[in-house]
Amino acid sequence: MLIRRAPRFTASEITDPKLYLSRRELISGTVAALVLRPGQSDGATPQGQPLSATRNAAFSLSEPATKFEHATTYNNFYEFGVNKDDPSRLGGTLRPRPWTVQVDGFVHKPKTFDIDELIRLFPLEERVYSLRCVEAWSMVIPWIGFPLASLLKRVEPTGQGKFVEFTTLLDPSQFPAQKPGFFGYSSLDWPYVEGLRLDEATHPLTLLTVGMYGKVLPNQNGAPVRVVVPWKYGFKSAKSIVRIRLVSEQPKTSWEKAAAQEYGFYSNVNPAVSHPRWSQADERRIGEFRRRPTLPFNGYADQVASLYTGLDLKKFY
Amino acid sequence: MSRPTRIALKVAVWGGCLAPLALLGHRAWTDDLGANPVSFVTNTLGDWTLRILLASLAMTPLRIVFGLAWPITLRRLLGLFAFAYACLHFSVWIVLDFFFDWPRMWADIVKRPYITVGMLALLSLIPLAATSTTEMIRRLGARAWTRLHRLVYVTGVCAVLHYLWLAKVGVTDPYWYAGALAVLLGVRGWDRGRRLVRRRRRAAVPATSAPAGS
Repeated sequence: MLIRRAPRFTASEITDPKLYLSRRELISGTVAALVLRPGQSDGATPQGQPLSATRNAAFSLSEPATKFEHATTYNNFYEFGVNKDDPSRLGGTLRPRPWTVQVDGFVHKPKTFDIDELIRLFPLEERVYSLRCVEAWSMVIPWIGFPLASLLKRVEPTGQGKFVEFTTLLDPSQFPAQKPGFFGYSSLDWPYVEGLRLDEATHPLTLLTVGMYGKVLPNQNGAPVRVVVPWKYGFKSAKSIVRIRLVSEQPKTSWEKAAAQEYGFYSNVNPAVSHPRWSQADERRIGEFRRRPTLPFNGYADQVASLYTGLDLKKFY
Repeated sequence: MSRPTRIALKVAVWGGCLAPLALLGHRAWTDDLGANPVSFVTNTLGDWTLRILLASLAMTPLRIVFGLAWPITLRRLLGLFAFAYACLHFSVWIVLDFFFDWPRMWADIVKRPYITVGMLALLSLIPLAATSTTEMIRRLGARAWTRLHRLVYVTGVCAVLHYLWLAKVGVTDPYWYAGALAVLLGVRGWDRGRRLVRRRRRAAVPATSAPAGS
């Protein structure tokens, strides 16, 4: 499915790549020092290495990207801990190579892909998306990846699969917070499971992501492969994926298990539906001082609203 | 307690209570408040409000359990610092977070339980701070003053609820604070019960066997 749409901005609004790259160089030194730990910079873990991709202007925002430093130090990645700085502090334990992704379920050609094979199979695109966290903050991030639809097409869905289930790696030796804490306490029921309806998963905006800011995806951002679904709250975009499965029933997601009344299966960004404890009407864009209004479907309404015609978004939040 | 010791203790409390603020100022000055400075400042001030409030609530239990007299001399200072941090926390919410968007803030106070109890915690501290001077204690009389200042138990409960209700799934810190508050209030309850029993027993003594000539 290819939906052609007029770009939402003119070519002159796009940041000149030279400017963009120079800023990147400026930051990369500092970030490398922050992110890389001793013993981590060996060839086995390519995070931080450049990754080339063609900018897909039709799917990119014209707004300036969030600082790389902020996008890599202010993260929610519960496998490392519940605090925003846990993923960047503790991310060194994750080993993104070797890595395989099992794609199975209701497909004619189930297959386990090696991560490097996966990256070579499909042309990589750079897309600048807005990321809206359910906690009412947002970022603008240049992701690198390819449409999840391309991968799903390759394994040939059988028609019985109505949903796509994503599973994150379960390995307490790589994800410290997966070890039980006091009294066997665990923040979430591991492994992390997320899901999309098949039409959401195959929507051209849904990006299987292996890099950001012109580089291989950092551990704290979901290395080596994650999904990015820009019209939904960030937690819907599963990180460090080991399995993509086509299923016939709506998957039971980790956050639904933890607090179903707060984190629904759909979790489309919606300023009209409050989180039970706070408003979703506005958000703080990281790097900006004042709050800004939140847009329906995080600004992607013209592309995705049609997926939900006839669905009560207040009920199916 | 000697005068130098008392002064040293007060200086330590001043230093300890101002240090987090100084650190915050230093971080702001060196642009080290992270990706979301407003949230960082709000949370840091909130954390310290709760910690200092619990410290002020710990002074009486220290006397009850260990029989120490000096903690009581620090109680007022700690309480006033808790109030100061609460005011800063609240000001950041008004100015940095919502920038005087009164209708939006009022909507949150009414609709969001964690903000409602947070406001109650702050409001309950106002009469306590206002009657904290020795002159006010004298004017109110010790009995009325003590009764009024039991309001701080409500403050403690509201402050802990505020944190419990705003924290997301998986964050365990508020439970530790709730546990600490339960211990601090529990010690008072236990002490009250103990004294009640003792008073009753003493009241019962003369009726039965008053030892002659004692």
